[in-house]
Amino acid sequence: MSNPLVERLAELMGQAMGFIYPNEVEIHWSILVVVYPYLTGLVAGAFILASLVKVFNVKEVQSVYRLAMLTALAFLLIAPLPLLIHLGHPERSYEIFLSPNFTSAMAMFGFVYAWYLMMVLLLEIWFTYRKELVVWSQEKPVPLRWIYRVLALFSRDTSPASVAFDKKMVKAITIIGIPSAFLLHGYVGFIFGSIKANPWWSSVLMPIVFLFSAIVSGIALVIMLYMVITLYRGRTIDMPCLDTMASYLFYAVIVDFSLEFLDFIHRLYESEESIKILSYLVMNKLFISLVVIQVFLGMLVPLGIMVGTRLFRLGAELRKLLYFVAVILIQIGIFATRWNVVIGGQMFSKSFRGLTAYKMDLTGLEGLLTSLVLLALPFVVLAILIRLLPPWEDQAIA
Amino acid sequence: MNRRKFVERLIAVVASVSAVTAGFRRARAGVPEGYDPGAHRYSMGIQVDNCIGCGRCMEACKAENLVPKEPFFFRTWVERYVIRKDGTVGVRNISTDETSAQEAPVDRNILRSFFIPKLCNQCDEPPCVQVCPVGATILTEDGVVLVDDQRCIGCRYCIQACPYGARYLHPVTMTADKCTFCYHRITKGLLPACVEVCPTQARIFGDLKSKSNPLQRFKRMHKLSVLKPSLNTEPKVLYSNLDGEVR
Repeated sequence: MSNPLVERLAELMGQAMGFIYPNEVEIHWSILVVVYPYLTGLVAGAFILASLVKVFNVKEVQSVYRLAMLTALAFLLIAPLPLLIHLGHPERSYEIFLSPNFTSAMAMFGFVYAWYLMMVLLLEIWFTYRKELVVWSQEKPVPLRWIYRVLALFSRDTSPASVAFDKKMVKAITIIGIPSAFLLHGYVGFIFGSIKANPWWSSVLMPIVFLFSAIVSGIALVIMLYMVITLYRGRTIDMPCLDTMASYLFYAVIVDFSLEFLDFIHRLYESEESIKILSYLVMNKLFISLVVIQVFLGMLVPLGIMVGTRLFRLGAELRKLLYFVAVILIQIGIFATRWNVVIGGQMFSKSFRGLTAYKMDLTGLEGLLTSLVLLALPFVVLAILIRLLPPWEDQAIA
Repeated sequence: MNRRKFVERLIAVVASVSAVTAGFRRARAGVPEGYDPGAHRYSMGIQVDNCIGCGRCMEACKAENLVPKEPFFFRTWVERYVIRKDGTVGVRNISTDETSAQEAPVDRNILRSFFIPKLCNQCDEPPCVQVCPVGATILTEDGVVLVDDQRCIGCRYCIQACPYGARYLHPVTMTADKCTFCYHRITKGLLPACVEVCPTQARIFGDLKSKSNPLQRFKRMHKLSVLKPSLNTEPKVLYSNLDGEVR
């Protein structure tokens, strides 16, 4: 057999350090499996931000509530794509729904995903927009009118009683939605955290760390989207809203940082069999992506920025700039976090005697370009959703 | 057709289709008619001191099971351990490549060295079976872990979950692949290919449910251990005189 795979593996075998099992030359979960938890994390985080308004009555964030919901939906629709593309037999993926193995964390994917999409996001968005959909289905020109009529599920009732019912439903769904969002991303953490063969993954903290990093990335994404879109629409940014989001982001980053630090200290202190190879891994293969990007640029610098904005009385323009820098750094940092978990966990041999190598392709199904397309797709979906369901208060129907 | 009828028919169609495919699967596994898996329980013993690292087991396995010949895909392989006087440990895989097989490292500082044949441990608590999302990998009644390549979706979760590196993704079928103890042979009363060709009887295969066979004798005569016992996978590949450095 002489094909690109064999050539690639031969090259990787030459780059391995120390001893690895022969079947470990191939890195099985590639960049696409990094993209998947990154996307679902954004979904869960954006939803948690939205639920601050409905459940915890954080009024300041009201103006981004709908934007956060649509963001969650756009990212959730794309999230399974990288997994599907990565399968050896994507045409058999339906087996996960038809004949799930109930001891498998991954088999629960279909159910958690379907529950979250159907019972939480779509339902809540529908109740949020129902009145508008009814009005648009009567006011808009012809082809659009039909679309809105279908989206409203042929509902025509705009009476105060029906609107009150909508509000009640939204609140109820959000209350179910918060544990569901925790489930959605906590479960992704469990997929990794429950692999006892892999000491880098196997940790009871993994689902919780995933969850808080998800909240961090989701809030940061909504802040970024809000700032960019407001600028694009030529409106002014609602500073109390932005400051409130930034302060929730600050709390989430602190919790996330503490959890990761606890995990680090715990590993170092227990110093189990794997500690030597894991230290070697961190100081060699993961130094840039973990120490420099994830911890320093993605966490400490944004934390410093957010402490600075709280300690000193800075002008609105400067605060906006600093927030923007912080959220961009956080996005990069969280992507690095996913990378360090997924790729990092495969870069040492389970013999604990050597390190493997990973070389990302540029093109090809599992390459960088595919990943960039998958990372860009949710924004395209979001643009369509925003066009169809304007989330802005100044366009809302009273 | 009302809704109830429709759902009833749908269930009937799904059930009959899956019954037919299940029949096909059994036929494909190459198990002879009348074979009773409940009457057997397979296991393998490795006499570490007998292995001379000739690599014939690897070659036989690759030929018998259509394992790609490139050195990144193995159902079984052999590791060479060198423990030096200063306590450092060197490990490498015995190559199937003719040219490099001759280069024996000359090192005067060796304290002890030995070969370790490795293969799927056919665990009684297999993590790979636990994590497979579609139930494509199963622990059979006779104690062998098998993969159904017509059902496997190629997600590679089992490869991640195996602590022993015993699985790989077959580059042609794009499904997970691993040692089956040569299931197609043992169910006919033959030995696995690696055991058959081993010139020093380093590998001993047997049925734990039969009272006297070489494996039972091996178990009586040696102190035994398994790989990574702390992970509680309960392997059925047993090693005699296993060095503590082996992982």
